Amino acid sequence: MTKYSIFSLLRNAMGYHRDWQQAWRSPDPKPEYDVVIVGGGGHGLATAYYLAKEHGITNVAVLEKGWLGGGNTGRNTTIIRSNYLWDESAHLYEKSLQLYEGLSQDINYNIMLSQRGVLNLAHSLGDVRDTKRRVYANKLNGIDGEYLSPAEIKKLVPIINLDPTIRYPVLGSSFQPRGGTARHDAVAWGLARASDARGVDIIQNCEVTGFDIDKGKITGVQTSRGQIKAKKVGVVVAGHCTVMSDMAGFRMPIESHPLQAMVSDPVKPIIDVVVMSGAVHCYVSQSDKGELVLGAGIDAHNSYSQRGSLHIIEDQIAAVCELFPLFSRMRLMRQWGGIVDTCPDASPIISKTPVDGLYFNCGWGTGGFKATPGSGWVFAHTIARDEPHKLNAAFSLDRFVNGFLIDEHGAAGVAH
Amino acid sequence: MFLINCPFCGEREEKEFSYGHEAHIARPENPENLSDAEWADYLFMRKNTKGVHLERWVHTAGCRRWFNMARNTHTNEVLAVYLMGEQPPKEIRDMIDGKKKS
Repeated sequence: MTKYSIFSLLRNAMGYHRDWQQAWRSPDPKPEYDVVIVGGGGHGLATAYYLAKEHGITNVAVLEKGWLGGGNTGRNTTIIRSNYLWDESAHLYEKSLQLYEGLSQDINYNIMLSQRGVLNLAHSLGDVRDTKRRVYANKLNGIDGEYLSPAEIKKLVPIINLDPTIRYPVLGSSFQPRGGTARHDAVAWGLARASDARGVDIIQNCEVTGFDIDKGKITGVQTSRGQIKAKKVGVVVAGHCTVMSDMAGFRMPIESHPLQAMVSDPVKPIIDVVVMSGAVHCYVSQSDKGELVLGAGIDAHNSYSQRGSLHIIEDQIAAVCELFPLFSRMRLMRQWGGIVDTCPDASPIISKTPVDGLYFNCGWGTGGFKATPGSGWVFAHTIARDEPHKLNAAFSLDRFVNGFLIDEHGAAGVAH
Repeated sequence: MFLINCPFCGEREEKEFSYGHEAHIARPENPENLSDAEWADYLFMRKNTKGVHLERWVHTAGCRRWFNMARNTHTNEVLAVYLMGEQPPKEIRDMIDGKKKS
C-alpha cells in the first residue's frame, strides 16, 4: 500500500491523478479463514483491522452482502461523543473516542474528525437534573463535560431560540467539547484500506445464508459465493442480527426499527457545534459541504424496509423549526432510513454466544457510529482471546438472564 | 407510512395507531417456577421476524381498542387484521409455516 501524504498527492498531481492505486483489493474468497467477519460496515471493518493490528490475526475475511459501508455506516448523522451516564458505557464510548482521536494517523486516511463539541439540551426540570447528573458522572469517569446555562448556550449557538414560552423551552445543556463529527464514509473506506494492507480479504456482494455448526462449534459459513470454512465467526450485521441468530439457532433480545435522517440544501456556515435533544427528538449539525444534517427518532414498529414513516419526520422538523426558527424556510435535499437493532436496555451486545467460536456484536440501536473503532477493538479482543475484554464484559448476552442490564434509555437512549 | 384497517373503524393512517410489539406472548402461568433463562425468554427475547410478523396495535387516536395484525416487515404490507384472543387466519399461518420449511 502506498502511503498517502503530501508527497504522494504532489506526485499524483503530476500524472493528472490517473495512477492512484486502488484502495483495497477485491479478492475471491479463499476456502478457509481463521476468522470470518460477517458485515462490512464500520464495526466489522474495525474488528478486522484490530484483529490484524493488535492480535496478529491476518487470515481474516470480511463478508458484505451489499457494498462496503452501505448500511448504517453510510446512513448515520456522524455524531461522535462519549458522555454516557453509566460507567460501563462511558468507558466503552470513551475508548472509542480516544481511538477516533488517533485514527486518521493510525490508518493513514483522513476521516475528517471534527471535535466541534456536542450539546445535549435539557427542556424540563427533570431533564436539567438528569443532565447535571450525567455531566458529574462523566467528570468522575475522566470524560470532559460541563453544564451550560441558557446564556452560555447562546454564546455557542447564537441562532438558538431561548424563548421561555415555547412548548419545550431550552433550560440548559450538557456540553462535551471533545465530541463532534467525522466523515462516515471515510471511516469505512479508511478501515477497509488499512485492513486490506494487513492482509484482510474484503469480499463484497457475498451474503451469508447459513452457519455450519458441528456439535455446538462453528466450522464455517454458507454464502451466496459458496461455503467458506472458518475457525471463528464474528457477526456484526446491525439490523439483521436476529436473521443471523435464527440461522444459528438461538434467540436475541433485539427488535429492528427504521431510523431516518436527512440533509438540507447547503448553506453558508451557520452552526459550528452539534446540537442534540432527546426530549424533542432532533439533532442538528452542519456538514463541511454546508448541509444541515438532521436526525429523527425511530419508528415504533419493527421493520426491515429501510424507510420510515413521514409523520416521524414531521415531528422532528417541527422540533428543529421551534429550536431554530430561521431554518423554517430551508428545503430538505435528501432523506433516507436505515435499520437499527435496538436492545431493551438501549445498550449493545458484544458477546460470546451459545455456539462455540461464534460471536455477536449488535444492538447498537440508534448510536453505533460513535462506537465504531472501540467496538471493533473490544470485539477483536473477544474473538482473538475467546473471552471479552474488561471494557465489554458487561455487554454480554447473558445480562438479559442474570439481570445486570445497562439501562441507558434515560441518559442516551433516544438521541444519538 | 402505511394504512391500517382497524377492525372497528376501518382504514386509517398509521399515525392514528400505536404499536404493541410482538403478539401471542403469553404470560407464564407459574412465574415462580421459571428458571432465569425462561424468564429472560419471556421478558426480552423476541422473534423480530424479517417477513410475516404477528403484532399488536391499538387505535390510540380512534376507538382506542387493541387488535392483532399480520404485517410483512420487509415491505410494510398489511396482510391481515384479527381480533385480540384470536389466532391468525389460516393463509397467514400457511405463509409463516411455508417460510419455515424453505
